Amino acid sequence: MNRLRRTLLGALAVLLARPFAALAAWNENAFGAKTPQDALKGIGAASSTPSKDIVIEAPQIAENGAVVPIEITSNIPGTSSLAVVLEKNPFPLAAKFDFKEGALPFVKLNVKMAETSDVRVVATASGRHYSASREIKVTIGGCGG
Amino acid sequence: MAGPMKMRATLVGGTTAGAGGTTEIRVLMTHPMTTAQSGQALHFIQNISVKQNGKTVIESEISQAVSRNPVFSFRIKGGAKGDKIEVGWLDNKGETNKIEGVVA
Repeated sequence: MNRLRRTLLGALAVLLARPFAALAAWNENAFGAKTPQDALKGIGAASSTPSKDIVIEAPQIAENGAVVPIEITSNIPGTSSLAVVLEKNPFPLAAKFDFKEGALPFVKLNVKMAETSDVRVVATASGRHYSASREIKVTIGGCGG
Repeated sequence: MAGPMKMRATLVGGTTAGAGGTTEIRVLMTHPMTTAQSGQALHFIQNISVKQNGKTVIESEISQAVSRNPVFSFRIKGGAKGDKIEVGWLDNKGETNKIEGVVA
């Protein structure tokens, strides 16, 4: 009897935990990586082809590293995801966006930068990876925020 | 603490329903986005989803490197005035929030 109850409770716990787990997909491996290379490996984009069709708009000099605006557009047909890597941050991978049917491969966001660094954007289209990077100079680092 | 969200969704370029325009979404999330470097407890949004009329169009994973009180802009091809847009987030402590609005 007791064992049956435990089994039922266990099954109930699994059912309750399920939707949350489905929602909480977060690539700990890639986001926990401490080098840009490991971060890119973590998202399955260890190698990429340089591309001029990824447009990164950002200030050349960011006075405040706590809020650095970055706008990204991919003009590569079929772009399904964009990853933002801040090369000299303690954890370089800042964000990854997956675009489904209907969404345009565009995003604007604000990030924290520890120091002057290249910002690398990796776009994935039809299973292939493309990248572009741009240097942003930071006067005051923003990782204490 | 995680506070309210704000969102604006507008149809740009198109005249009436689905006429080649772009739906522009701008969303603000109130969240501390603290890093371990700050000496505070690590507390940051990890997942963001954008839905158009109930269908997920953008899914994102972010790190503590996104600035405090994150602001994002997204774009959806086409769309029409009155479309329902929903943006939700989930953080590393399991807190969630979402906002729903219509395209103007």
